[in-house]
Amino acid sequence: MINRYAQSYRGFDYVLLDELLTDEQKAVRDSVRAWVNKSVIPIIEDAAENCAFPEHLVKELGEIGAFGPQIPQEYGGLGVDYNTYGIIMQELERADSGLRSTASVQGSLVMFPIWKYGSEEQKMKYLPALAKGEYLGCFGLTEPNHGSNPQGMETTLKYKDGKYYLNGAKMWITNSPKAGIAVVWAKNDQGEIVGCVVERGMKGFSTPEIHGKWSLRASITGELIFDDVEIPEENILPKAKGLKAPLSCLSSARFGIGWGSLGAAMDCLHVAVEYSKERIQFGKPIGQFQLTQKKLAEMITEVTKGQLLAWRVGCLAAEGKASPAMISMVKRNNVETALTIARDSRQILGGMGITGEFPMMRHMMNLESVITYEGTHDIHLLITGMDLTGLNAFG
Amino acid sequence: MKFLVCISVVPDTTTKISFVDGDTKFNTDKVQWILNPYDEWYALVRAIELKEANGGSVTVINVGGADNEQVIRKALAIGADDAIRVDAEPGDPFYVASQIANAAKSGSYDVVMFGKETISYNGSNVGGMTAELLGLPFVSYASKLEMAASTATIEREIEGGKEIVEVNTPFVCSAAKGMAEARIPNMMGIMNAKKKPLNVVAPVSVSNHTTIVKYELPPAKSACKMINPDNMDELVQLLHNEAKVI
Repeated sequence: MINRYAQSYRGFDYVLLDELLTDEQKAVRDSVRAWVNKSVIPIIEDAAENCAFPEHLVKELGEIGAFGPQIPQEYGGLGVDYNTYGIIMQELERADSGLRSTASVQGSLVMFPIWKYGSEEQKMKYLPALAKGEYLGCFGLTEPNHGSNPQGMETTLKYKDGKYYLNGAKMWITNSPKAGIAVVWAKNDQGEIVGCVVERGMKGFSTPEIHGKWSLRASITGELIFDDVEIPEENILPKAKGLKAPLSCLSSARFGIGWGSLGAAMDCLHVAVEYSKERIQFGKPIGQFQLTQKKLAEMITEVTKGQLLAWRVGCLAAEGKASPAMISMVKRNNVETALTIARDSRQILGGMGITGEFPMMRHMMNLESVITYEGTHDIHLLITGMDLTGLNAFG
Repeated sequence: MKFLVCISVVPDTTTKISFVDGDTKFNTDKVQWILNPYDEWYALVRAIELKEANGGSVTVINVGGADNEQVIRKALAIGADDAIRVDAEPGDPFYVASQIANAAKSGSYDVVMFGKETISYNGSNVGGMTAELLGLPFVSYASKLEMAASTATIEREIEGGKEIVEVNTPFVCSAAKGMAEARIPNMMGIMNAKKKPLNVVAPVSVSNHTTIVKYELPPAKSACKMINPDNMDELVQLLHNEAKVI
């Protein structure tokens, strides 16, 4: 099944935001969009319906430059700014949040920590291959008993008889069953959070797949199980100490989600606008009814506000002035916006909206994960609340 | 082998076409501009493929204002080495061909390539005129182009079959579907395109030979009429009297 409006998608630019983008940013957007139209749109509905991860796209994502574009060129990245990274995520998520998740994890949660906290040898060993999509990486922070509270993690990296051993389990790990490496966060002998790179094939390391998801079905999710996995010292990230290290990766990924979710929102909006002009009820197009127009007007307004928020925080990030709380706001607001738009646009399509002929239900189900991962909606509210009041509501 | 690929900047295929100033001008408001697909997908990509296989260079040329540079950079991102922009509003085909011929003279190009037509005016004029102005052979509607040293073998789609043409360099050729597969510029290409030379040159003084007097949209599509399959008489009558096709 292919959404019949997909090839006429051009995004939305109500307040001429394009004038704020560089020619390069626009060129990158057009390129990723063209690739998505050619390689992703024709297969994505079936991939989601069949819960089949389109693994062949990994190499193509590497070829177009969607993996770690913000990493410097010397390590195989492109050295682009934050908004360019965000725009790439927007175009990927316009196709599917699962596809964007694959790229977010590879770039922000695997390549970013290796680049930021790794040794020169680690960077040269892993980053160029990850950028090319030669293999996937995954990121192990969340545990079965520790989601919103990663500080409580139980996974340990302990030193015994001259060697390091990793024990514990991680859950809800995007890419894990197919990943060649995992960047894993664990507590050392002193109880400090440290990071290490676990390679597929290490004894005691397994990555069982999580089945039965009604969301992100075109992306693959699993666990990471560590049963006395011996970690060579050269695989420990030397510059990562404390929870701040994994949280900094999340900030990078969250920023990408802030842009990305608008891609899903605009895909839904585009379909809703086009459909409302064609669908005739009571002798006129349903787009001519006031309640339909109200929905559409609110959607474009929220998309526009979300775009401005994401763009501004991206500019601040380029200047080193974007706080984690600002990025948290971008993620929370834009994902909620996208989810609301997915639901409202689905209503405009009536019964047709629930089928795989149109993308709304798929986006909506995907966004239920997106509003939960990388900090739940509620946790992000508390981040903003704490930033405003100075009072911590987490404990 | 030196290739010169002539590229046009045209409205995106989803553009809603309308006219202003008493239907004498195309309304450019809210139009998104793209590289003419025939120039991009076929002429440019085939030139780049031949350069990659045999060495040489690919230069793109466009006649237009500074606003076109974003689209010209896309050609560089796909793989052209450098670009020339003749800084003038493109006039009629003769005007554009004169500008291209003038720029091409000093470049000693082996192959000058066009798309078979633009998707805006569909004139298919500029290639032939450029060839004439340069005194070079012109092979139009080429669907395949192979080079062996200085000889090109070109397949042309013709009514009911194919025609195979051989021509020696230098020559002018216009490219049709089948000549190459469209390439999507990757991000590294986009980054590198910034650093490639884009030379802006002044136009030569030439007059337009034609002027567009008026534009008209085709009549709107009428609604589909359903006819009962048992009622063939009505179908024949409608085809005869209304559609006037029999």
